[in-house]
Amino acid sequence: MLRDITLGQYYQTESVLHRMDCRVKLVGTLAFIISLFIVDNVWGYLLAAAFLGLCVKLSRVPFRFIVKGMKAIVFLMLFAVVFNLFLTPGTPAVSIWRLTITWEGIRMAAKMAVRLTLLIIGSSLMTLTTTPNHLTDGLESLLNPLKRLKVPVHEVSMMMSIALRFIPILLEETDKIMKAQIARGADFESGSLIRRAKAMVPLLVPLFIAAFRRANDLALAMEARCYRGGEGRTKMKPLIYRRRDYLGYAALAAYLVVAALIGRILL
Amino acid sequence: MEKQMSIIETSHVSYDYIRHDEEGNVEGTMRAVDDVSLSVEAGQFIAILGHNGSGKSTLAKHINALLLPTEGCVVVDGMDTAKEENTWEVRRRAGMVFQNPDNQIIGQVVEEDVGFGPENIGIPTKEIWERVEESLKAVGMYAYRKYSPNKLSGGQKQRVSIAGVLAMHPKCIVLDEPTAMLDPSGRREVIRAARALNEVEGVTVILITHYMEEVIFANRVFVMDEGRVVMQGTPREVFSQVERLKQLRLDVPQVTLLAWELKKSGLPLPDGILTAAELTEELEKLRSSGADA
Repeated sequence: MLRDITLGQYYQTESVLHRMDCRVKLVGTLAFIISLFIVDNVWGYLLAAAFLGLCVKLSRVPFRFIVKGMKAIVFLMLFAVVFNLFLTPGTPAVSIWRLTITWEGIRMAAKMAVRLTLLIIGSSLMTLTTTPNHLTDGLESLLNPLKRLKVPVHEVSMMMSIALRFIPILLEETDKIMKAQIARGADFESGSLIRRAKAMVPLLVPLFIAAFRRANDLALAMEARCYRGGEGRTKMKPLIYRRRDYLGYAALAAYLVVAALIGRILL
Repeated sequence: MEKQMSIIETSHVSYDYIRHDEEGNVEGTMRAVDDVSLSVEAGQFIAILGHNGSGKSTLAKHINALLLPTEGCVVVDGMDTAKEENTWEVRRRAGMVFQNPDNQIIGQVVEEDVGFGPENIGIPTKEIWERVEESLKAVGMYAYRKYSPNKLSGGQKQRVSIAGVLAMHPKCIVLDEPTAMLDPSGRREVIRAARALNEVEGVTVILITHYMEEVIFANRVFVMDEGRVVMQGTPREVFSQVERLKQLRLDVPQVTLLAWELKKSGLPLPDGILTAAELTEELEKLRSSGADA
């Protein structure tokens, strides 16, 4: 059950999007998210959905796989939708007991659901087509100007990529510890919320200890392989813009202009 | 390069672990390695044996300057590990593979992990790719270069770790119990890779283990107990002393044990039989000489 989260998980296949420079993808994802908040009508959302659909098609990641990753966030989405549905003031549409659903609320909730869905698919598409190592490389390169301000950009990106690498391992470990404790009569599933939270404590303690032990081992292994920070490091996969990356930027710019026109100004 | 030159030379090395109490005051010391002097010739396959807590892993960490000796000195390929300016060059020349395969793979994709070491030592991009390719081929993992390490078996992960070290073009590789967490087939894979490295690439291999079966083809075996080297010699010399090994709480290979028991019950067998083939041969000899008599 713990391994169903595809957010931050790379999907291995060959496609244009996989090969594209991660900086294009990062900037693209950011621009796409901004565009979702600029557009304000059906046509704008249709355009965004079409653009995203095209990207998904290009990425060759099975749609099923993307949807599976969204299950984890269904609750959050329901939350946002329900709140918008009931708490938006306006002309009432349905009234049940003391709760009123307004027309504005329905529109707002629908908009929210569409926005969130597109946003999540969009950002998980980026993580599905980019290895986390690449992703942090891209971030490092985009944030490089901050180095002048003494921001430890390389160190932060290294930490991020290590964190990402260990997420599945620690999830597996959690699973193992949980099973070991269930086998000895621990109960994680029944009782009140507080009782269940309390049952998690004996789970977290060994997990933290294991994580620290792993961190220690990893630091040793990195040192043994001559890691000494970003100074004097070369790159196995240096970031170089190619033709398809410029094309990517061009497509992105075109999309943004059209989205702004359709979503805001023209209609 | 001359073959006779020793690549690793430790003289009177001792190492103390210092225990601290909660305030950080020194509470006591524990001697993990005690006056070890040994020398390893370039191109050899060396095995270090010992039960848990015998100091073999601590000694191993001295070889690539992860630990510096409290007393004595370690010289790797002519460089004193205690000198700070040598640290990185020592680590490049003497690579290390650790016990837990999950805790030493940094990359999210196999090839990226193998490239990690060369990146750190500033190899140009094009050459990194050549090195990654040749290292992955040397351990037979080239077909998996695009895989996520999480999808590999333990033995495969360890082979990737070996490739990661190999890509730094070391002269010597220290394998610190690389098979302790693996199943038998994974163990065989890793040992096969380590042997190929030694025989084909000519890299000096130092294998630390407590599985006796893994060391029968080593050029030289060191047995450690309580921080000291208590036995050394060829596998045959070491394994002929079954009783001594038992005292040290170590096993001997099953075939050796069987031969030893047979000899104890009266069969005139030679000492230090290591493989099943050797034992059958000796037994055949006995039978035919018995038939003659």
